[in-house]
Amino acid sequence: MNQAEKEEYLREYGILKSEGKPFFPYAIAKDSLMAVIVIAVIIAASLVLGVQMGAKVNAATSSYDPRPDWYFLFLFEILRQLPVPDLVGLATIGIPTLCMILLFLLPFYDRSPERRPERRPVATFSAIFVMGAMLFLTINGAEAGTPYQLIFKTPSSVIKAGPAAVAKFEGGRLAIAESGCEACHTIGSNGNPGPGPELTAIGARIPAKGIAKTLVNPTYPMPSFKRLPPKKFEAIVYFLSQLK
Amino acid sequence: MPKLPAPPVPSSLKSPPPRPGESGGPASPVDQAIAARNSVVDWVDERTSLTGAVRWMMFRKVPKGTNWFYTLGSATMFAFLNQAVTGVFLAMYYRPSPAGGAYESIRYITNDVFLGAFVRGMHKWGATVMVVLIFLHMARTFFFGAYKYPRELNWVIGVALLILTMVMGFTGYLLPFDERSYWATVVGVNINGTGPLIGPYLSDFLRAGPEFGADTLSRFYAIHMMLVPGAIAALIGAHLYLVAKLGTTAPPWTKAQKNPKLRRTEA
Repeated sequence: MNQAEKEEYLREYGILKSEGKPFFPYAIAKDSLMAVIVIAVIIAASLVLGVQMGAKVNAATSSYDPRPDWYFLFLFEILRQLPVPDLVGLATIGIPTLCMILLFLLPFYDRSPERRPERRPVATFSAIFVMGAMLFLTINGAEAGTPYQLIFKTPSSVIKAGPAAVAKFEGGRLAIAESGCEACHTIGSNGNPGPGPELTAIGARIPAKGIAKTLVNPTYPMPSFKRLPPKKFEAIVYFLSQLK
Repeated sequence: MPKLPAPPVPSSLKSPPPRPGESGGPASPVDQAIAARNSVVDWVDERTSLTGAVRWMMFRKVPKGTNWFYTLGSATMFAFLNQAVTGVFLAMYYRPSPAGGAYESIRYITNDVFLGAFVRGMHKWGATVMVVLIFLHMARTFFFGAYKYPRELNWVIGVALLILTMVMGFTGYLLPFDERSYWATVVGVNINGTGPLIGPYLSDFLRAGPEFGADTLSRFYAIHMMLVPGAIAALIGAHLYLVAKLGTTAPPWTKAQKNPKLRRTEA
């Protein structure tokens, strides 16, 4: 922008501002309503989605496959999809640093006076492309699967029962890992010794029906699992009943 | 008995109307309250001159065409305030010690503390809401060309706030100290270490040493609850000052009316 364009902008802006309304109470009212909505969404998320407890840190595990929080998934996905291992530095540091520098310096290399997005095609399409790429990478990163896992040998009786039984057993393994059961129970070498009872051989002590009953109506502070999708619920019951 | 009309005397001969609070009898409670408020405001203002600043902040005009997209910035700030308040309550119960029960204190918060799981949930999901809002606010600024002259510096401050928000997400992820957060942080810190020049120093700083150790968790905790929130609060202050000083932009499609009084051209 040259001096004339700057002055033209300031003049136009001065007129628009003089035609506007005072910040208090007009803008404040909108901001306040928005603040109420934000807090309501946070409260609703806390009540509906809640928080989970993972298993306690075991620094000796080396098989754990970690996942970042969702807003770092796009970086994680770049790293995961990297075809050439030599380029790790480029993916982890190079691309994010370049993006940060480009963001910081945006007003200094985009100096045109035009502000309407449809008249700034390069800027608008670059932004849409970057947003699309980040969305794509985030979704792909999320599909990499859950980081929760349960290390437990599949019993030979399940393997003998056929591939359908093994699939159900694996589904139960995943559902249990995702539900954070190891936060309070020990299953084989996984999980914590309390406050819940050990589940390593629970199938020998309680029949499948009893396990299902306990999952629906557990002893405090264990949460009820009756709202789980039926398929997941059955898989959990099957998994636990096979632990003998 | 009906009151007679007052005689038509010149106004200079009339006694002045009573001042508020001097109307013969005792002042009404409303008048007393107003007088008390005024004296308090005067007392503060005499010592701080704050009313000018408040008037400058609150009674500035926002330009014509300002719409709901312009609430995203303040919404992000409210999400940050939510994080600050819920974070204070979590800090009352959290113990940043890997051997001495970081994990157990989170379990205590989640299972035993009154409304503990609820407040922890608000902190966790508030982080997500804040990240979403800060990106939406940035998208609005970008598409409306609001980062251009004279607001370049405010854009730079905003990018710094975005990066600091991501740092909050990264450092906060370790604090529950379960398998998920521990291993993700180990990987994240190692990635930092591969950076050029400052990379190894940065990862040593974050770990408080060459390896993940006893001091790493408390270092992350200090960064998460003191260093970065302080920086964010200060930068929000600077961001808001510049917003008030330069004014919020009008949407790029809004045109000023052709008002001859405001558009004086040299004849």
